[in-house]
Amino acid sequence: MNPREPLKRVLYIDLSKKSFWIDEREDLFERWLGGVGVAVQLFKEEASKNVDPLSPENPVIFSVGPLTSLYPLASKTIAIFKSPLTGNLGESHAGGRSAIALRLAGYGATVIKGASQLPVYLVIKEEEVEFRDASALWGVSNAITVGRILRETAPGQGVRTIMRIGKAGEKLVSYAAVMTETYRHFGRLGLGAVLGSKKVKGIIIYGKHTIPVEDKKKYREVYDRLYKLSVESDAMKRYHDIGTAMNILPLNYIGALPTRNLNSSRFEGAEEISGENIAEKKLARRIACAHCPVACIHIASIREPYPDEPYFYKTTFISYDHELIYSLGSMLGVKKIDNVLRLIDIVEAFGLDAISAGVSLAWATEAYKRGIVTINETLVELDWGNVENYIEAIKYIVEQPNHFYTTLAKGTREASKHYGGQEFALNFGGNEMPGYHTGYGAIIGYSIGSRHSHLDCAGYRVDQTIKEPPSPEEYVEMLIKEEEWRQVLTSLVICLFARTIYTVENVVDALKPLGYDCTEDELKKLGEEIYLEKQKLKIELGFNPRELKIPSRVFETSTPHGLLRRDYVEKALQHYAELIEYKINTSD
Amino acid sequence: MECFEKNMSTLVREVKRLAVLDSERCVGCQLCMFACSRRFGEGGLAKSAILVRSVGGIEKGLTVIVCRACENPPCARVCPTDALGQRKHGGVIFDSSKCIGCGNCVRACDIGAVFWDDETNKPIICVHCGYCSRFCHYKVIGVEKIK
Repeated sequence: MNPREPLKRVLYIDLSKKSFWIDEREDLFERWLGGVGVAVQLFKEEASKNVDPLSPENPVIFSVGPLTSLYPLASKTIAIFKSPLTGNLGESHAGGRSAIALRLAGYGATVIKGASQLPVYLVIKEEEVEFRDASALWGVSNAITVGRILRETAPGQGVRTIMRIGKAGEKLVSYAAVMTETYRHFGRLGLGAVLGSKKVKGIIIYGKHTIPVEDKKKYREVYDRLYKLSVESDAMKRYHDIGTAMNILPLNYIGALPTRNLNSSRFEGAEEISGENIAEKKLARRIACAHCPVACIHIASIREPYPDEPYFYKTTFISYDHELIYSLGSMLGVKKIDNVLRLIDIVEAFGLDAISAGVSLAWATEAYKRGIVTINETLVELDWGNVENYIEAIKYIVEQPNHFYTTLAKGTREASKHYGGQEFALNFGGNEMPGYHTGYGAIIGYSIGSRHSHLDCAGYRVDQTIKEPPSPEEYVEMLIKEEEWRQVLTSLVICLFARTIYTVENVVDALKPLGYDCTEDELKKLGEEIYLEKQKLKIELGFNPRELKIPSRVFETSTPHGLLRRDYVEKALQHYAELIEYKINTSD
Repeated sequence: MECFEKNMSTLVREVKRLAVLDSERCVGCQLCMFACSRRFGEGGLAKSAILVRSVGGIEKGLTVIVCRACENPPCARVCPTDALGQRKHGGVIFDSSKCIGCGNCVRACDIGAVFWDDETNKPIICVHCGYCSRFCHYKVIGVEKIK
């Protein structure tokens, strides 16, 4: 590692004592690269295995990696924490300017621990942390407004990140998100609630350090090549043109778009809420994360008239993606674009994870329709497509006026445990289902993935490229291999959308001018090691690979590979459990 | 020889500047900023003479701040040591060895296009080389001839 490389610096912040210090952790960055690899180790150092996710003892780690700010598409920050949603390892990634800001403030990672008595927001600069009073911001109902206020009070325009939580985070909703630069999120697994429990309303980071490079000429050469690949690749062009919302139509066509709590895998409103239709009628602007030329962030505008005065309009800008259109659109039977966008907007304003919020409402709707819960619990009638009532219900999830909503604010696993309907509570390992019912790869992937997300191992993608599924054992091994390689990408840290550009050969090339001499095999081995570290950590935190539960609904609704067989999935999960046990037993 | 002189004079006469062609096309990727620092083979943003920032929140759009090669540059006029000299046909040329780091130039530029290098305590002045525009995929910035 280059001795002038600031990546090794870890910023520790103790909220209880309002103190901070910086340690040089070459040991960690040399062994584990950065990103996920390093953050998992920092988490292990700080957290006890029984730590309550909402207690001061739960550390939050943010980390970046050696490629951050040096190469295009290395634009993500990793967050590691214990998740209040699953009660296990929490991992979430976000872009915006977060990664560049942390790296150029001169840090590879920051560890935030303890809890503040007063609400605070942190201003992290090169060599300094300010603890600022956030009492005036606490309780502001719209997280976008909070961003506007912080923008005025904080330094570093253009080179800073403004992370913040919404009211959902303050109210400790288990799937509260952290927003950054208004439209990017540490969405999944409840980081917003963890920061809320620490009374941290926002985190501003800025800096514009130089990052030294060993071989300048070679660096520019590799950069130019990777840049060319990123702007010329078809995959990247699709992310730019329609964005991730390009998935809605093809998924619907093949019968893989979860609809009305997965009672169907086709949605009659798909055409209307498709990425193509939104792009044509509502798209206002496309923006990018810092140091990414792709610009996949799509922002729609909607104009709503005020009822009390003619020609008086409110124009709102709303960022949309596939997962949001699925969870707040097809999953809730919402057919009009404007209505989907309004739901996205309110979820954004409160600072909720859109997938978990939508899937929780979908479960609640089905539970209500089946009479498992009544209006006494739900307070409003829940019905597919009834957006006005869904908006009310989202407010209730945040405010939690009764036991039902307090429980629903903990996710579908918790809610169905109390009220029943576990067979249609669509979560895997406690995390709500993403928007792909493509076949065995998706379901097995959600189950065995370290964060129970489609992005762990992309089974949904494999389902769409293979004709016939391989044996369950082979499928599991394929998915684990993919997840292992992704540990390298998320330690560098590369946006996973760029995985086809950052092949193992290109990663080796990109690292070389920075002074990292590693082979393809060494990188792959590192991926396997980080994967195993995470699996071990999950087990220490109480995860049991032999007790994975699959909601039976996924076997009742057809996929492009037909109805899925439970015995196939069970065989796969058993093989996974055996493999993990074998890997752990032979690793020490 | 005559031919060579003719070519030279064309070269000298052809003065270029970096221009913001249409900031509405900007997606905020900031690749121009990274390119500017990379001219020196460094990563990061400490040496960057161009800034892309939102105009009061990303939903409102973005603005690109960079030297516009003024014909009568205020930054040069307030330099007490002549470290900033007037560039023929617009813009300034920076002589770092003369600079005492007073920061007058930064305050004199109303568009905020004189940036500060905290690492050297001296201004960062755009040389209008156009390297950044090679990485602007959305044609927000480009090089244009002044003369």
